[in-house]
Amino acid sequence: MAQLSRTTDADRLSLVFSALSDPTRRDIVARLTEGDTTLSELGASYAVSLQAVSKHLKVLEEAGLVSRSQDAQRRPVHLEAEVLDLMTAWIERYRRQAEERYRRLDEILAEDDASAKARKRATRRGAAS
Amino acid sequence: MSAVQHAETTITAPDGQAWFEIIREFDAPPARVFAAHVNPALVARWLGPADLEFHIDVWDAQTGGSWAYSSGRGDDVFEFYGSFHEIRDGERIVQTFTWRGAPDAVALGIATFEALPDGRTRLVNRSVGASAEERDAHLAGGMEAGVVEGYAKLDDLLVD
Repeated sequence: MAQLSRTTDADRLSLVFSALSDPTRRDIVARLTEGDTTLSELGASYAVSLQAVSKHLKVLEEAGLVSRSQDAQRRPVHLEAEVLDLMTAWIERYRRQAEERYRRLDEILAEDDASAKARKRATRRGAAS
Repeated sequence: MSAVQHAETTITAPDGQAWFEIIREFDAPPARVFAAHVNPALVARWLGPADLEFHIDVWDAQTGGSWAYSSGRGDDVFEFYGSFHEIRDGERIVQTFTWRGAPDAVALGIATFEALPDGRTRLVNRSVGASAEERDAHLAGGMEAGVVEGYAKLDDLLVD
């Protein structure tokens, strides 16, 4: 089951990356962090057709990055912040992997230290005798 | 006095940037932390993922040298390689990093070994990619199989 959820995450992440590979879509996402907006408001902000903005929104929706309410006439566009948290989760995973590696390195450094001290003690003993 | 407590590894990865930084402090002076990065016998003991087999093929840690290693389980083997652009004894390692599965993506790694009081070291490892997307893919990919799957899927998606 863990395997299944990992694959699902990977699929989802691929969609998120792909959606965010376009600068206009990144800008839309950045704008939505300040609050919900509408297609027409977005359309006024970009030097592309309303149809093009609508296409961008569709890609963002398919990636799960934004949602649009079905009932309201204005259909405000809403940022799904939880999906962006997925990136945070991947970064935390990477951080933990790095920490695991560095703990192994700590052990190696501690061993080196112990053997250096042992050598020092041996030298001192040698000098004393 | 209690034993020196280490702060855990931290990662700085600003949104929309092509770089990220991994920072960690060690309870040993820069020369020893550095040695554990250039001596292949030592590198083999800590660099690989904990739950995968790890094999170093080349670790020629000198300016102009190269490196290659693989990790995996059974038939799933992931190979990585790069060059050592600069090795500055006890201070700095600059290297490139590529996963063979995504040969167009290359990251530049700049590691600096800063001396701290009491014989400690701060290691700052900056990774710089060609774009913010590539950096995100690298972070999401990590160095282990799980991500590499995600990475391969991303490749497929971008090919479409």
